[in-house]
Amino acid sequence: MAMTDRPQDEAEPRGGIWSRFIESRNGLGFLFMLPAAVFLLCFLTYPLGLGVWLGFTDTKIGRPGIFVGLENYAWLFDDPVFWLSVFNTMVYTFVASVLKFGLGLWLALLLNRHLPAKNFFRAIILLPWVVPTVLSALAFWWIFDSQFSIISWVLMKWGLIDAPINFLGDPWNARWSVIAANVWRGIPFVAISLLAGLQTIPQSLNEAAAIDGATPWQRFTKVTLPLLTPIIAVVMTFSVLFTFTDFQLIYVLTRGGPVNATHLMATLSFQRAIPGGQLGEGAAIAVAMIPFLLAAILFSFFGLQRRKWQQGGSD
Amino acid sequence: MSKDTEDHTVGMEQFETLPRRILTVYLPLAVFVFVLLFPFYWMAITAVKPNYQLTDYDNYSPFWVVGATLEHVKYLLFETSYPGWLWNTMIVAVASTFISLAASVFAAYAIERLRFTGARITGLLIFLAYLVPPSILFIPLAFIVFQVGIFDSKLALILTYPTFLIPFCTWLLMGYFRSIPYELEESALVDGATRWQILTKVVLPLAVPGLISAGIFAFTLSWNEFIYALTFISSSENKTIPVGVLTELVRGDIYEWGALMSGALLGSLPVVILYSFFVDYYVSSMTGAVKE
Repeated sequence: MAMTDRPQDEAEPRGGIWSRFIESRNGLGFLFMLPAAVFLLCFLTYPLGLGVWLGFTDTKIGRPGIFVGLENYAWLFDDPVFWLSVFNTMVYTFVASVLKFGLGLWLALLLNRHLPAKNFFRAIILLPWVVPTVLSALAFWWIFDSQFSIISWVLMKWGLIDAPINFLGDPWNARWSVIAANVWRGIPFVAISLLAGLQTIPQSLNEAAAIDGATPWQRFTKVTLPLLTPIIAVVMTFSVLFTFTDFQLIYVLTRGGPVNATHLMATLSFQRAIPGGQLGEGAAIAVAMIPFLLAAILFSFFGLQRRKWQQGGSD
Repeated sequence: MSKDTEDHTVGMEQFETLPRRILTVYLPLAVFVFVLLFPFYWMAITAVKPNYQLTDYDNYSPFWVVGATLEHVKYLLFETSYPGWLWNTMIVAVASTFISLAASVFAAYAIERLRFTGARITGLLIFLAYLVPPSILFIPLAFIVFQVGIFDSKLALILTYPTFLIPFCTWLLMGYFRSIPYELEESALVDGATRWQILTKVVLPLAVPGLISAGIFAFTLSWNEFIYALTFISSSENKTIPVGVLTELVRGDIYEWGALMSGALLGSLPVVILYSFFVDYYVSSMTGAVKE
């Protein structure tokens, strides 16, 4: 019936190179891809290549550099601060990711129960992840204050400690503090994503296992976890990626201090490149993150994917 | 909001006793909620505390406030550049969201429905682009921004934010377009509609939830962005909220916690309000990006 109100001239064969180009799949596809492609090529692919190139030069702010080969990398190789930042990044990423995974999964399992006002809980739990990181990190800065920390005050009130804890002034305290803030911010993402995965698991599987006499713990490890593994792999890959390249939290809470104890590779790269003016060296640090990043992604992705066939799936 | 509570878990929980349930479910959940929300409470209570109560924990309970004040907010709004930063953040977020959405709709439609030669590879490349973190791009981008001559301008941010927004929005919209039945497009084609008409009259109206998800998510990401804004902007009047609060309100050794916390609170409000209206869209865009 819609045929009748079709304009007649539309049926006419269309001529001209332009209109034939527009009508073809590839022509129109090219045209539709153009805006996104221009943006991504100019501001993503090109800078990525330029970053690698800058790492081989001695460019400084306001002064074009010349090619110096691997000098930046040789310099970094002998730089204990760089290796400290690599160590910090590893510790930060590993500890924070494990905690985010464990606590996030726990929270997802709790939210998957039959609860009153479940949607309300889900909504407020996502808040830490919605609010700008820099602004919530400022709240943590105040919570971790060396004199007026509310945590110290409560612990002192309870008689557990005698003096305020120097959260951000002592190397290991500072590391744990920034990890805590990172975990706080990351739990909602992990929990809500895993909750979405949990909701796709049919309850009948759990019931069948229960009838066969499986304990709750067995049901969790033998039924729920294997079915959840693919989504865990993706969620944790993202989580590891964002933790490894984190910048904001550290920049707000410690700026890499005390004595570089919390410098991550991203913050060190910024420190050297922007306030320090050594664009080439900063770019080299950023480039040095790429292999670690690829390794972290491959590890968390394939490490978790492999479980699928280990646990009796098809292979 | 409550339509997806088709509950799979009711089955066996009737056998649980109430005390056990309190111990294994409600208590841990209460601890989680408390820890996740406490920093916001602390932020809010500090923002309205008069200065003399701020650090005097002995005479005034730190968890409560007597005679709440708006002096910190007044100070922010009338004696600092805070309103300007709010305005900048708004302009940058709206403009970059708009640009990204427009570019992503076309790209996602081309990849998912036009199926041009190499569409699959393009889709994969878009996903990989999403994985490139800003912390390895900001140095070369700063270099480019400087050379193009847009350093220290809002344009620098409007043009660079789409680098992380377009991959995300395209990926999300691809999922939405996939869920629209081919038959609808085919019958429109048979009726003589052009591709443009199909896109604007058939596909886009059906993809409105996806557009809203991608839009509010992109807006939030731009509002929260920090490292580019910190690197590309140097003058106070061009700063965005996160950069302005951190670099201009933190001065010397005496921290004005009241002003800082009200700055953080006010700067969070726009995204929190947006979030509260579109919770389900947020959840679907977050999980949608992961589930593919």
